[in-house]
Parts: sequence; C-alpha cells; structure tokens
Amino acid sequence: MLLATILFALGLIGLLVRRNLIFILMSIEVMLNAAGLAFVAAGAQWGQPDGQVMFIFILATAAAEVAVGLALVLRLHRQYKSLDVDAASEMRG
Amino acid sequence: MLKLLWLMPAIPFSSSLLLVLFGPRLAKKTAALLGVGSIAFAAAVSITVSATFLSARPPGDVFTQTLWTWMDVAGFQPHIGLYLDAISLVMTLVVTCVGALIHWYSAEFMIEDEGYSRFFAYMNLFVASMLTLLLADNLLLLYLGWEGVGLCSYLLIGFWYKDPANGAAGRKAFIVTRTGDTAMILGLALLVKQLGTLDMQELMGRASDQWQAGSPYALAAALLLLGGAVGKSAQLPLQTWLPDAMAGPTPTSALIHAATMVTAGVYLIARTHVLFSLAPLAQHLVAVVGIATLILAGCSALTQWDLKRVLAYSTISQIGYMFLALGVGAWSAAIFHFMTHAFFKALLFLGAGVIIDAMHEEHNIFKMGGLWKDLPIAFWTFLIGGCSLAGLPLVTAGFYSKGLIIWEARTSQSGSTALWLLAIAGVLLTALYTFRMIFVVFFGEAKIQVGKRPGYRMTIPLLALSALSIVGGFVQTPAALGNIHLFAGFLQSALPSVTERTVVSITEMGSEGLVTLAFLTGLGFAYLLYLRKPRYAAALSKPPFGKALHQFWFTDWGLDWLYERLFVRPVLWFARFDSSDFIDSLYTGVARLSELAYRALRSSETGKVRWYAAGIVFGAVLLVSMVSFL
Repeated sequence: MLLATILFALGLIGLLVRRNLIFILMSIEVMLNAAGLAFVAAGAQWGQPDGQVMFIFILATAAAEVAVGLALVLRLHRQYKSLDVDAASEMRG
Repeated sequence: MLKLLWLMPAIPFSSSLLLVLFGPRLAKKTAALLGVGSIAFAAAVSITVSATFLSARPPGDVFTQTLWTWMDVAGFQPHIGLYLDAISLVMTLVVTCVGALIHWYSAEFMIEDEGYSRFFAYMNLFVASMLTLLLADNLLLLYLGWEGVGLCSYLLIGFWYKDPANGAAGRKAFIVTRTGDTAMILGLALLVKQLGTLDMQELMGRASDQWQAGSPYALAAALLLLGGAVGKSAQLPLQTWLPDAMAGPTPTSALIHAATMVTAGVYLIARTHVLFSLAPLAQHLVAVVGIATLILAGCSALTQWDLKRVLAYSTISQIGYMFLALGVGAWSAAIFHFMTHAFFKALLFLGAGVIIDAMHEEHNIFKMGGLWKDLPIAFWTFLIGGCSLAGLPLVTAGFYSKGLIIWEARTSQSGSTALWLLAIAGVLLTALYTFRMIFVVFFGEAKIQVGKRPGYRMTIPLLALSALSIVGGFVQTPAALGNIHLFAGFLQSALPSVTERTVVSITEMGSEGLVTLAFLTGLGFAYLLYLRKPRYAAALSKPPFGKALHQFWFTDWGLDWLYERLFVRPVLWFARFDSSDFIDSLYTGVARLSELAYRALRSSETGKVRWYAAGIVFGAVLLVSMVSFL
C-alpha cells in the first residue's frame, strides 16, 4: 500500500511539474499503475478476486488512453513544433 | 359535394405554407401558379358548394361540418367546425371569386417585385384566415380568423418594409384594430361567462331565452362586439388606420382594405344580430356610428389628393352605409351592399393600380390628367366602378344596394327621417368626390407621359369586375323596377327581414327619385368645379374659413392629431418615465450579478492544462478529506 501511495504521489508530481507532453503521459501511466497496484494489494489483503478484475480494467483503460494520448501528442507536435504543454494554451476565456 | 367545404380554407392555407417554406427558391412562375391557383381552386370549391347548396337545400338551409374539438376545458368545448348558411355562402363566394380575380391581377402587377413569393404567401394566408372567419361555427374560431386577417393586413401594409413609413402605417393599423379586438375578446369572455358557450347558434338561442330585450348583459355584450367591429371595419372613432393602410401594394388595398377584411365587422354584427336585437340601444348606436362615419369620411374624401386615399375614405364611407343598414335592422341590405361594394371597390382599386403604374408611381391626382385616351380600358372600367360607387341610377349595382339601404333607413321601425335624409346627403357627397376623382384623373390636359400599359392579365380582372359591378345589382330591385327579391329571399333563412313601419309618407320610388336627384346634384357640382371651371374649386378653398375647413377635412377631422395628443404621447411619456422602476431594477440587478460572476470565473480559464490538473487534484483532496473527516 505504501509503495502504491509513493508511486501515485510521484506520478502526480511529475504531472504537475513536467512541461514535456511525453513525460506527462508517462506520469499518468505511473499513476494508473499505482492505482492498479493498490487494487491488487487490497484484493490480496481481503482475499477477494475483485482487485485483480479491476486491474484488468485499468490495463484496458490505460491502453486506450495511451493510444489517444499519443495521437494527440503527434497532432500537437505538428501544430506547434514543440512538446511544451503550455504552448497549447490558446483556449483562455 | 358540401363535404368539400373544408378544402376552402385548407387549400389557400397549405399553399401559403408552401410559399413560406420554399418561396424564395421557387421561380416566379411557380410561385404565381401556386398563389393564384390555390385561390382559383378555392373559388371553384366555393362555386361547387354553392351550386350544391342551391340545388339541394340542406335541412334548415344550414350545413355544418365539425372537423375536430379544438380544446376541452371545464365543459367549454369550442370545435374546429364549419358552418355554412346563406350569409356565409354569399360572403365566401364573394371573397373567393373577387380574391381570385385580384390574385390573378397581382400575378402581373407584382412581377417586378423581389418579394413576389412572399406577397403571395401573405395574400393566401389572408384568404385562408378570411374564410376561417366566415365559415367558423363558433365565435372563438371566428376570432382566430379575425386575428389572422389582422396579422395579414399588418404584414401587407408593411410589405415594402424598407421604407420606415410603411412599417409605421402597419403598426398603426395593427394597434388601432387591436384596440377594437380587445373590446371584442372581452365581449366573448362575457358571453362565455354568462351563457357558457361560444357556439354561434346555441349562443343566439340561449341569449334570446335568458335575456329580455334591453337587458344590461345583452347591451354590454353587443357594445363590446361593436367595439371589435368598429376597429376592424374602420368606423368612427377607430377609422384612422385605413387611410394610412394604403401604404401597402395596391392589390392588397383592393382585397383587404376594400373588398373583404374591412367588412368583417359587418359580418360579425349580422352574425350576432340576435344580440343586437336584444339591445336596441346598441343597435341604434350602430346606425349612428354608420351615418356619422359615412358623412365624415365623405367630406374627408373630398379634400384628398392621393388617389388611393380618396378610395380609402370612400371605403370607410361605404362601410358606414352597411353599418347604417345593420343599425336599422336591414340585415340583408347590409350584406347586399357588402357584395356590390366588394365588386366595384375592388375594381376601382385595381384600376387605380393600373393608373399609378402608368404614372410612374405618382399618387397625386392633380398631377394626372387626360388619361382617358391613353388608358381606354382603365378609363371605362374605372368609370363603371365610379358610377357604381356613386350609384348611377338604373344600370349599376351600387344604385340598387344603396337605394335599398336608404329606403329601409326610412321604413324600418328603428329608422328615422333624419337617418334617411343624411344617407341621401351621403349620396351627394359620394357622387361629388367620385366624379371629382374621375374628372381630375381622366380629363383635362395630360401632364405626365403614360409609362407602363396593363397586360391582359391585368385587364381581364378589370373587365370581369366591371361586369359584376353592373349585373351584381339585378338580384334585388325595388318594387317598381322589376320587383326582384332573389337576394333578400335567399338570405331570409339566416337573417330576419326588416320590421317595417305601418305608415310611411313616401313611396319607394320617391326615395329612389331623391337618391337620383342627389346623385345628379353631386355629379353636376363635380362637373362644374373640377371640369368646367376649376378656378371655382380653387376659390372655394382660398378664404381663411374655406382653407381651415379644407385642412380640417384633409386631416380626417383632426382625429389623428387628437389621438396623438390624447393617447400616443401620454403612453410614450409614461413608458419612458416608468422604464426604470423598482421591478425593472430587480431584473437588471440579476443581470448585473450574473455578469459579475461571469467576469470572476472567466479569469480562471487560462488554457494551461497543468493548472487544470492541479485544480482537479485540489478538488479531489478536498472531497476525500470531507468524506473521511466530516
């Protein structure tokens, strides 16, 4: 559990401080896996299979997320010629 | 064949709908085909239905067709139902046939207008509403048609909306008639409250069962309905909108503001004649309104220089005759005059359209002249229409219908010698202003070169209407002149005949003779003043008194001036004064507050994704800690 918490916190910090889109995606990946780890650990703790089922779900979600995310990254790179996330901040109110 | 009745309003309505939806994309030819064809179809249906009605009289001389129940609220169940009897038969026949001729005419008249399909859409909607009004079997459906024609009138007066003056004229017509309509809807509410139904026949039955003659309820209901009729039919004191309504295209003036819509008030009173018989005071008021309007408008018509405004005042004046007939209980005479008036007034307006077209949009009759050689068809048809309007004895329809009204104003129990004499004076005025117009426009020297000449599509309706303006009168003639009573006899099933006085000091021929004399006097004066010695006419309006009177009559007895000061300005002043009261500031306050909140929240929308992520994190932490610690 502790490991999962640390991993999640690392991912979160990475998400907030990094400006490179690839690193942000990787941080999200880390956070997802931390959540998965928490599920598996909780399942093992109480002897329930549900934790592992949830992990499979998370894997599927992560795969889809990466596919869409990488496509977006490609488009953004084409558009702005950089991977800096703050460059794409034209939609301000 | 009577079952086809519902097609009559349905066909023009659906074609209007089609023209509204697809109009701008249609070729002009298709739009005209749709617009004119639908009215021609309605006229064909109308003729078929009439033929069936006449050959095999339905029981009670009434045919009803209930289509569906409109609404059902606490026992109040108005139907969408059609009711055909002698009155609505005559009226629908006139409306569809004259309407078809006018539509045919406009197919050529409007050809160069960019709003061609829009024009036909409005005109068809008007015919559909008018037929709904005429065929309705209850007063609520009648009111729907009533408002429908009012809407179309507004739309068509402001048809050339790019000139703000036309829009103002449309609004004026709408607001003034709406004043009358408000009285009318109050009258309907009173009838529902007191008698529990709006179905025309049942209403009349219950009214005569429950109310005695002179009962205050009957009086109030009749007066309120009269208010509606006065507004729609442009009678005193609400007639001021009609002269301004001439801002619309000329076929509109012919169809709506002369032949059909403005006579809706006459129809309403004839329809609810039982109520008016129960309230003799209200009925007497109808006669007084009629006679006052016909004299006042006749005087105003004498001073106008705009061709269409002369005709507008003459319309007001002629509807005054119809009101006079209603007021003395000569119901069928009013409908008779409606019919002949529809023929000759539509003819005069269509003729005026031809003249104005030929004169390059010039409306001033004093700038025209000598047109009889250049526009022979327009001249002869206009002359026939004018003679019918003025009541040229023996040969024209107007003579017979007006003579009947004048005669019955004398002989009816509610008539009087004063009404009779004033009505004859009205004939003099009518002849005077009609021939003033004809002499000034068609004789004298030519001042403007004739431009456009009418094509066959414009002349055929003129010829057809002039034929009708002559033969239309031979369905009802006085005893000594053929003694034909087809018209009154036919209407007898729906409208009671006049209750006559026992002793009358003059014969019908004597009355007709006086009418003829008045006509000839008017014609003679017009000849003298406007053809023979025009300087006499100028001399009449030279001295201060003559000039003031001329100005007074020209401005319609100063009514516009009076209303402007009495109603328009106080209301505008109050609206301006009251535009920022307590309730208003409440609503502006709400608007201000939302604007403030919007500005505050807008600054958080930076477009920086990482800030959003941080926001989500912060929110999630807040939520989790709230759930776990509270």
